[in-house]
Amino acid sequence: MSTPTPALHLRGIWKIFGEGANSFLKPSDTHPTDADLNRAGLIAAVRDANLDIQHGEIFVIMGLSGSGKSTLVRCMSRLIEPTAGEILFDGQNLLAISEKELIEMRRHKMGMVFQHFALLPHLSVLGNVAFPLEIQGVDRGAREQRARDMIELVGLSGREDYYPRELSGGQQQRVGIARSLAVEPEIWFLDEPFSALDPLIRREMQDEFLRLQGLLHKTIVFITHDFDEAIRLADRIAIMKDGAIIQTGAPEDLILNPATDYVAEFTRDVSRSKVLSARMVMRPVVPGEHLDETLAYSTKVQDLADRIVHTERQIGVIDDDGSIIGVVDRQSVLDVLVGNEPPRAD
Amino acid sequence: MAARPGSPGPTQTPIWFWAIFAGLATLGIALLFSQDHAPYLSKYPRDWIIPLRFWISDAMYWLVKEFDLGLFTFKELTRSISWLLEWPLSIANNFLATGFTFSTEPGASVILPPAPWIAIVAIFGLLAFHLSGLRLAILVTGCFLYLAFFGQWHSAMITLSSIVIAVPLGVIIGFVLGITAYRHPLFEKWLTPILDLMQTVPVFAYLVPVLFLFGFGPVAAMIATMIYATPPMVRVTILSLRQVPEELLEYGNMAGCTRGQLLRKIQIPAARKSLMVGVNQVIMLSLNMVIIASMIGAGGLGFDVLSSLRRLAIGNGLEAGLAITLLAITLDRLSQAFTDRPQHSHSPQGRSVIGRYRLSLIVLVILSVSWFASRYFPALGVFPESLQITTSQFWDNLVKWINVNFFDQLEAIKTFVLINIMMPVKRFLLKTPWVIVVAVIGLIGYRLGHLRLAALGVALATFIAATGLWSKAMVTVYLCGVSVLFAAFIGVPIGILAAANSRINRITQVVIDTLQTLPSFVYLIPVVMLFRVGDFAAMLAVIAYSIAPAIRYTILGIQQVPVHLIEASSAMGCTRSQIRWRVQLPIALPQIMLGINQTIMMALSMLVITALVGTRDLGQEVYIALTKADTGRGIVAGIGVACIAIIADRFINQWSRKKKREFGLPV
Repeated sequence: MSTPTPALHLRGIWKIFGEGANSFLKPSDTHPTDADLNRAGLIAAVRDANLDIQHGEIFVIMGLSGSGKSTLVRCMSRLIEPTAGEILFDGQNLLAISEKELIEMRRHKMGMVFQHFALLPHLSVLGNVAFPLEIQGVDRGAREQRARDMIELVGLSGREDYYPRELSGGQQQRVGIARSLAVEPEIWFLDEPFSALDPLIRREMQDEFLRLQGLLHKTIVFITHDFDEAIRLADRIAIMKDGAIIQTGAPEDLILNPATDYVAEFTRDVSRSKVLSARMVMRPVVPGEHLDETLAYSTKVQDLADRIVHTERQIGVIDDDGSIIGVVDRQSVLDVLVGNEPPRAD
Repeated sequence: MAARPGSPGPTQTPIWFWAIFAGLATLGIALLFSQDHAPYLSKYPRDWIIPLRFWISDAMYWLVKEFDLGLFTFKELTRSISWLLEWPLSIANNFLATGFTFSTEPGASVILPPAPWIAIVAIFGLLAFHLSGLRLAILVTGCFLYLAFFGQWHSAMITLSSIVIAVPLGVIIGFVLGITAYRHPLFEKWLTPILDLMQTVPVFAYLVPVLFLFGFGPVAAMIATMIYATPPMVRVTILSLRQVPEELLEYGNMAGCTRGQLLRKIQIPAARKSLMVGVNQVIMLSLNMVIIASMIGAGGLGFDVLSSLRRLAIGNGLEAGLAITLLAITLDRLSQAFTDRPQHSHSPQGRSVIGRYRLSLIVLVILSVSWFASRYFPALGVFPESLQITTSQFWDNLVKWINVNFFDQLEAIKTFVLINIMMPVKRFLLKTPWVIVVAVIGLIGYRLGHLRLAALGVALATFIAATGLWSKAMVTVYLCGVSVLFAAFIGVPIGILAAANSRINRITQVVIDTLQTLPSFVYLIPVVMLFRVGDFAAMLAVIAYSIAPAIRYTILGIQQVPVHLIEASSAMGCTRSQIRWRVQLPIALPQIMLGINQTIMMALSMLVITALVGTRDLGQEVYIALTKADTGRGIVAGIGVACIAIIADRFINQWSRKKKREFGLPV
C-alpha cells in the first residue's frame, strides 16, 4: 500500500493516569519503564502509541480488557486528553486546537458508536438520530429529513417514533450507527459496537457494517476484543497489550508473522484458510510457464480450495492490473488447509 | 473465628478492650463515692465552660447592627431578600386564600376574591386524573373535600400558598447548588460537611437565627422551610447527575455538545427520574416544616395545630393535623405520579398545539367560569359555614371518656415504665462522671475505627461538656436511647415477620409509608391526649415517629441475604427458626443496624419537638432559645444535638461497614 497523507496520524501517544501524571512525562522525553511508573504511583493506559490510519480503511484495534484500546480511541477524539504525543487529523494538530474548534470538529468530522449504544432514553429513534444535527442548530425539517434517510439506510424504517427501550439490542445499535452517520463524519470511531449483542445478532451486524462501508467508504477506527471479529472486518489490525501496540498489520501478516508469542496465541486457533489469500501462498512464476486459469490475488484460500484441490493444473495469480504475479498449486493450498507451516511470501 | 488474610485485626473483641472498659467502670464508681477528691472529673466545672453561646449571640448582633458590605449593610441585604420573597408569596396567598385587594393598605376591600374552593378541588382532581387515573383523582378530591367540609379550607390554602412558593424555590436553589458541586469538586468538598451538619442540627436550632435575621412572619417561616427542605435536593442532584452513564456523556461530547447543551439535553433528561425523587423530598420536608414554621409566623394549618396543642384542644388539633397529613399525602402521591408517569412510548397521534396546552386551557376555563359563577352563587366561592362539620367535640369527649374510665390503667402503664425503665437509665446517665463517658466513647471509637474515630468522638463529647450542656445532653441521650430501644424491640420483629410473609409485608409497607408522610408534630396529639405531658408521652411520640426505618431496613437486610445461603442451610436440614436465627439475622444485622441508625437520627430530631410536651433536654434548650430569640443559645444547643447525632452515626456506620466487609457483602 502506498503512503499518502494518513487520515489520522498518531506519534508517541501516552496516557498516564494518576496524580501528577502531566508533570511526570514532561522533564524527559525518554520512555519511562514500569518501575518508574510504579514508583510514581501512576498507571500508563496507553504507552507510546504510533499509528497511521489511511483514508477509507477499516482499522481495527484489538486487545483484551484493560489493554488500553478504549483509552486510545478516546485519545483520538480527545474525549480523553493524551498525556503526551502528537495527533494529526488530516494534517491538523488535534491536540493544539481550542475547545471551540474541537466542538466544531466533533460536530462535523467525527462520528462515534458506543458499546452500550448510549441512546438518549427520552428521545424517539427519530429524535436520537436527529440529535447531532439539532445541537448544531439545523432546522427541524432538514434534520428530520436527514434522520429519516439515515434510519432507512440502517433498515429501521417504520420505527422512527419508537423509543430506545422498545427496541432490541441490535436495533438500538442500528440507531447508534444511523445517528453517528447523520453528520457525514470523515472519521468513524466504533468502540466495541457489537460486544453487547448476542453472537447471532453480532454476526448479522458485522455483515451490515461491511455493507454500509461498501456504500460509504469511511475512514474507520474499530475497537474490539474479539480477534475473529477483527480479522473478519479489518483491512489492518493493531494488537494492544498493557497499553502498548505490539503489532500492526493486515490480518494475514499477523497470522503469518506474529511479532510475539502473545499475538501467536490469538492467531493459533484462527482458520488460516479464511484469512490467507492467494497472494500469501503463491510461488514465483517460472519464466515461460503456461497458465490457463487465473484468479485474483485477494481470493481467500478457503474460496479457491475447492477449485484447485481437484485439479493438477497450476493457477496464475493476477494483481489489480491483470498481470500475473505468481502461481498457486494444490500442494500450497493443502498445506494451508491441513495446517502445515505456510510458505513465506518473499 | 480466624482473621482473614488482609483484614485488619481479629474480628473478636480483644481482651484489652474489656480490660480498659472494666478499669473505666471501676474508676467511675470510685469517682462517685469520692467526689471531694476530684470533683471536676465527675461534674464539668462551671468555670471551665466556654461562653460560646454569648460569642455567637454577639456576632449575630454585630452582623445585624454593624456589618457593612460596602455598598449596603447586612441588614439591608436581609431586608431585600425578604422583600424579594414576599412578592411571590403574597401573590400566591392572595390567589389561594385571601383574595386580591390591589392596595397596600390594611383592611382594603377585596376586589378579586381568592380562587373558588370548587375550582381548586376540580383542578387538583383533574391533575390527578391526568397524571395517574381515577383512583388518584378520587383520593385527591376526597382529601380536598375534607379540607372544605371540616372548615380547614382557609388555613389549608395559606399553608398551600407557602408550599407552592417554597418548593419550587427550594428545588431550584438545591438544583443549582447540586450542579455547581457536581461540576466543581472543590465546591462539593466545601459543601458536603455543611449539608451533613444542616441535616443533623435540629430544625428548631436554625429557626432562631432566621428569626433574628428576618423577623417574625410568613417570609421568615418560608426561608426556614427552604433551609430545611433544600439539602436533600442538593444531594439528590449531585447523585443523579453522577448516575448518568459515562457513555452518554461521551456521546454528548462526541456529538459536539457545548457544556450547556450537555446539561440541558443529556444530563438533566437522563437524570429526570432521580431528580424527581429530590423534588418529592423537598415537598415532604416542606410539609413537615409546616407546624414548626408556624412558630416563627407561618400561620395556616401549622398555627392551628400549634395553638390547639397549647390549649390542649385535642379535637381541633386532630382535625388540623389530619388536614396537614392529607395535604402531605395528596402532594406526595401527585409528585410520585408525575415521576412514574408512563414512560415514553410511540403513539400514533401527533401532539397538536392545543393538545400540548390542553390541561392549562382547561384550568383557565375552570377558574374563570367558577370565579364568574361565584359572584352569583357565593357558596361556590367560599365553602358555606352552614355545611361545615366538625368532630372535635367527639374527640374531646372520647379523650374525656378514656381518661375517666381508663385513667388507672393508663397511669399504671406509664408509672411502671417510668419507674422501672426510664428513671434508672436517666439516673445512671446523669450520675456517670463526664470524664468516664468521654473515655468510653474514645475507647469504643478506637476499637471500631482507630485513632481518627476515637478523636472525633472525644472531641464532640468534650464540646458538649465544654459548652455547659452536659446534663441536658445526657437527658437527650437517655430519652433517645430508651425510645430507640423500644422502637428496635417493636420494629425489628415486625420487619422479620414482614420479610417472611408477603401479605404482612404489603400491609407493613402501607403503614410505614403513611407513618413517614405524617408531619412529626402530629404524633404529639394522640400521646398528649392519653398521657398528657412528660417524658413518657415524649417517648411514645418519638417511638411512633422513628420506628419506620427500623422496620424498613430489617426487611431489606433479610431480603438481601443471598438465596443460595438459605438453600444451602435448608439442604443441611436447618429448621425454619434455625435459618432465621443462625443465618438470616446474623447476616442481616449490619443492615438492621443502619436502620437503627436512621431511627436514632429521627428520634433526635423528634426529641427537639417533644420539648413542647415538657422534656428537659437539649430540645428544651433550643425551644427556650426560640421563645427568647437567643441565637447563641439555640445554635449551641442545636450543635450539641448534632454532636450526639454525629457520634452515633459515625460509630454505627463504621461498625456496619466493618461487619459487611467481614461478610463479603457490598458496603
